[in-house]
Amino acid sequence: MIRIALPLAGLVLLALAPLALSDYGLGLLIGMAGYVTLASSWALFSGHTRYISLATVAFYGTGAYTVAVLNEALPYPLVLLAAGGIGAALALLVGLSTLRLAGVYFVIFTFGLAELVRQLITWYEVTITGTLGRYIFLDITPAQIYWQLLALAALTLALTAWMHRRPLGLALRVIGDDEVVAAHAGINLARVKLVAFTLSATIITLAGAIASPRWVYVEPAIVFNPTVSFLTVIMALLGGANRLWGPLLGAVPLFLLFEYLSVHFPDTYPIFLGALFIAVVFVLPEGVLAGLEKLRLRRRPTTREAKA
Amino acid sequence: MTFLTIDKAVKQFGGLRAVDGVSLSLEAGEVLGLLGPNGSGKTTLLNLISGALPATSGRIALNGTVLTGRRPDQIARAGVARTFQLVRILPSLTLMENVMIPAVFGHRAHWGAAAETVARDALEAVGLGARAQGIAGDLLYLDQKRLELARALAAEPELLLLDEWLAGLNPTELQEGIELIRSLAGRGLGIIMVEHIMEAVRALCPRSAVMNSGRLIADGPTGDVLSDPAVIAAYLGEVEDA
Repeated sequence: MIRIALPLAGLVLLALAPLALSDYGLGLLIGMAGYVTLASSWALFSGHTRYISLATVAFYGTGAYTVAVLNEALPYPLVLLAAGGIGAALALLVGLSTLRLAGVYFVIFTFGLAELVRQLITWYEVTITGTLGRYIFLDITPAQIYWQLLALAALTLALTAWMHRRPLGLALRVIGDDEVVAAHAGINLARVKLVAFTLSATIITLAGAIASPRWVYVEPAIVFNPTVSFLTVIMALLGGANRLWGPLLGAVPLFLLFEYLSVHFPDTYPIFLGALFIAVVFVLPEGVLAGLEKLRLRRRPTTREAKA
Repeated sequence: MTFLTIDKAVKQFGGLRAVDGVSLSLEAGEVLGLLGPNGSGKTTLLNLISGALPATSGRIALNGTVLTGRRPDQIARAGVARTFQLVRILPSLTLMENVMIPAVFGHRAHWGAAAETVARDALEAVGLGARAQGIAGDLLYLDQKRLELARALAAEPELLLLDEWLAGLNPTELQEGIELIRSLAGRGLGIIMVEHIMEAVRALCPRSAVMNSGRLIADGPTGDVLSDPAVIAAYLGEVEDA
């Protein structure tokens, strides 16, 4: 009961927050909601399968660009629908061609994908339409953007929680441990990976589409910034990518930290990003939540011995 | 209709024919020992049956369903389960979860309470029932082997492939292991076991087949096969005339 009631109460409080906050505070909340969505949806696929994807910004940027191109042609809900559809189609295409890759090859491919999409759009804009930048003029207030992102984040967490209780969630964990065993136990590897990857990428694309009006001016170099992909990975890993609340616990403090650093140390803050990346991988490879659990077990050696 | 038919199965790795035109059949409920020196193609043949490797040519069918050309997950759902020569457990999952997987995704496809019952029965059958909630990565070697067998059982297979499942056990564990497999044979599933421990083969397999350099060189009652001069030559090398 409390596992549902507590998050719901938190959601209501967060939904009411814009009424009490300044524009700056609201901006922070938007950033947080965005990164919680990105980290959680990234973990939806990568957290259990351990296929580290650096393609986050490929989908995020695609979402933003879809809005930039269509925002004057279609009503807003249809623009979002189109973004989701394009994201899903791109994910299916990429998934079908890459999910046979394993380990570092997958990582490199996904990194290359973000660059490829960016270059393709740049080429298209320069040679076909003859303009590089685009403007997004939508009649949407920051609070409305926030509510949409909050809803998307809640939806992602709900979807993850639901998947954890379904065969799909179990299959993803098995794939993360040993694909050969997974296949010999009757799991259709390609289908499971494709479904999870597409779900994850569609949510990421929607997040990019919803957040895009904040930019006003959009060009490929802005929306396909690889830092977004790296930040998403490190946030999810910090909290614990294979746990429901892990990505959220990583995304909130890291977003605030980087916000602070980029304001106060605008030139040197990428150094902190790099240092933190290394620290997370070395100190907490399984995330804060798993680290806390280990610490608790160490403090109560008696219960552990009793168990063993 | 035969239970399992292997018809001229071939697996070619570059210039090497690891399995070279093997034909073999198995009746339901039969336990077959698959013997042969190291590198003779036994594990490769198991890999062809379970779909871990695609066959270069030939045809393998279970209960009339053709297995060759299908993916391992499809073959698993057709009723084939296996253990691996080097134990493969899922270290980050609990024992219960390890064993539930084939119950959920295997050819009976249970979910919820039904899957848990199947998994619990399988864990009980190998003597791990009390540790269902433990993490698989914490298990000792013998228990990992037991867990792997429980996982194969939870698939409720019709054909069970054991790849040196008894290897590496001490004499006491070996007796336990033999009893365990004997109890499975009593359930009526077909078993093919690749095994080097002759004591176990004699105890468990009324029939044996022997491979050498990818070819089947003997197939018959275990006692006859083991005294076949061709088999002895394969194991010990050609005997020179004295």
